[in-house]
Amino acid sequence: MEEVPHDCPGVSSAQAGRGASCQGCPNQGLCASGAAAAPDPAIEEIKEKMKTVKHKILVLSGKGGVGKSTFSAHLAHGLAEDENTQVALLDIDICGPSIPKIMGLEGEQVHQSGSGWSPVFLEDNLGVMSVGFLLSSPDDAVIWRGPKKNGMIKQFLRDVDWGEVDYLIVDTPPGTSDEHLSAVQYLAAAHIDGAVIITTPQEVSLQDVRKEINFCHKVKLPIIGVVENMSGFTCPKCQESQIFLPTTGGAEVMCRDLKVPLLGKVPLDPRIGKSCDKGESFFAEAPDSPATLAYRSIIQRIQESCSLRQPKGENLVGS
Amino acid sequence: MEAAAEPGNLAGVRHIILVLSGKGGVGKSTISTELALALRHAGKKVGILDVDLCGPSIPRMLRVQGKAVHQCDSGWVPVFVDQEQSISLMSVGFLLEKPDEAVVWRGPKKNALIKQFVSDVAWGQLDYLVVDTPPGTSDEHMAVVDALRPYSPLGALVVTTPQAVSVGDVRRELTFCKKVGLRVIGVVENMSGFVCPHCEECTNIFSRGGGEELARHAGVPFLGSVPLDPELTRSLEEGRDFIQGFPESPAFPALSCIAQKILNEAPVGLS
Repeated sequence: MEEVPHDCPGVSSAQAGRGASCQGCPNQGLCASGAAAAPDPAIEEIKEKMKTVKHKILVLSGKGGVGKSTFSAHLAHGLAEDENTQVALLDIDICGPSIPKIMGLEGEQVHQSGSGWSPVFLEDNLGVMSVGFLLSSPDDAVIWRGPKKNGMIKQFLRDVDWGEVDYLIVDTPPGTSDEHLSAVQYLAAAHIDGAVIITTPQEVSLQDVRKEINFCHKVKLPIIGVVENMSGFTCPKCQESQIFLPTTGGAEVMCRDLKVPLLGKVPLDPRIGKSCDKGESFFAEAPDSPATLAYRSIIQRIQESCSLRQPKGENLVGS
Repeated sequence: MEAAAEPGNLAGVRHIILVLSGKGGVGKSTISTELALALRHAGKKVGILDVDLCGPSIPRMLRVQGKAVHQCDSGWVPVFVDQEQSISLMSVGFLLEKPDEAVVWRGPKKNALIKQFVSDVAWGQLDYLVVDTPPGTSDEHMAVVDALRPYSPLGALVVTTPQAVSVGDVRRELTFCKKVGLRVIGVVENMSGFVCPHCEECTNIFSRGGGEELARHAGVPFLGSVPLDPELTRSLEEGRDFIQGFPESPAFPALSCIAQKILNEAPVGLS
């Protein structure tokens, strides 16, 4: 790279190729396209940070409203019932951060310390982070484009002082876009155990979830398995009507076709929604519900799957 | 057929309605589709623009998944879902080589496609264009609002379910509308109770009351509650015309009411 201008902003700078001093530089095009940029140093920083985190699980879906946050919250509750297990729940849904409400932590604020941001602790062994804690009003909208959302996710992964954690659960927004790419990219060097993918039995949901499974394959993210949520509601009075019918075979057929594990099916219990609205654990509200039993079985399978994988550290690059 | 010049492909579109929510899975695509069907039944020509690039649901709901999109002089020809050509649709779903292919794009690329969808689809003459959006308040929403601004959209239908978790996100969407100067036509509460067709027992699966309360808090009209109806759900799965097939459904009055409100607000034709 000869003839570099005097005030070259640096090839990995945000101004690379764009600054006034870049005009006429033979590498301007290269820099402006970002091709010359070095890998983001945050990736190494996050890898260091994640050394104290044993297992990392992403909760995904292609589809909105299938119960990712509900599931993430209850996965966290379930794992944290063992007080010797340290659990962290990270909500990277920047536009629609539901986790504070579901965990009963609305209105909490995040504090800074010398070692970074402190998560909000629901229990001694259950810490939570969400953009929701950074907003001053429930009406505040986070109207950010992709790059700014990515920056926030980077900060969450790099600057939150999680401490020693057994399970980091990352709740994501619907889709296959910036947030998902960033989470996978930033955690690339830190080894993600895998993704738990949530769906409902309907084809309109499965159609998006197949895309999400393809996304996981594309970015080499292992799939721990699929959870079919809202599975089989029956009218509590007459037991006759069903609502979210598996018209194309539901998750079971999809999992068989795409050769991914089906972790379990959670029936639709109206008390789940109410618990989430109140910010309480559904397990405490309805310990004998078939939904609780289903959740517990799924959580156990996830734990088993995680323990089969290398407990981080080794050169098992996640992507 | 004039040469491509301002105001371009939206020149023949009388009214534009956006369907938004902060929350995923509340029924934006369902409401968009049902609104289009209801307007069609009122004799109108309707277009649907599906700007959910990651999860394009509408082609399947209208049984046109897998159709090809053709080019003409003015751009892309939208896909007609019926013989009479009274409903046309554009979705990224038609541009995918394989239906399970994921659109894994970051913001800037999504913005570019949305701009193209707004300017390069040859809609022709339409009474209403219904724009279905993905959940959130991000790239797609900013791109579509910016691109549609010169055409003065009628406003936004904002969809929620009754639960507080949903309302919590949709409040932020209403703030978004205010910030970008997009008028809110009203709030629709979807999945509002399930009335069992066998025994008439009403189960509030996703709680109750949130939508109306939200509308009141935000000072916008409440357009109605659409109950959960398995027939509606099944129709969408199978690409059937619900409005035609199920006028006795408990969901029908609410959906008709929403359509009527649009027709009253923005009449088309002799008046």
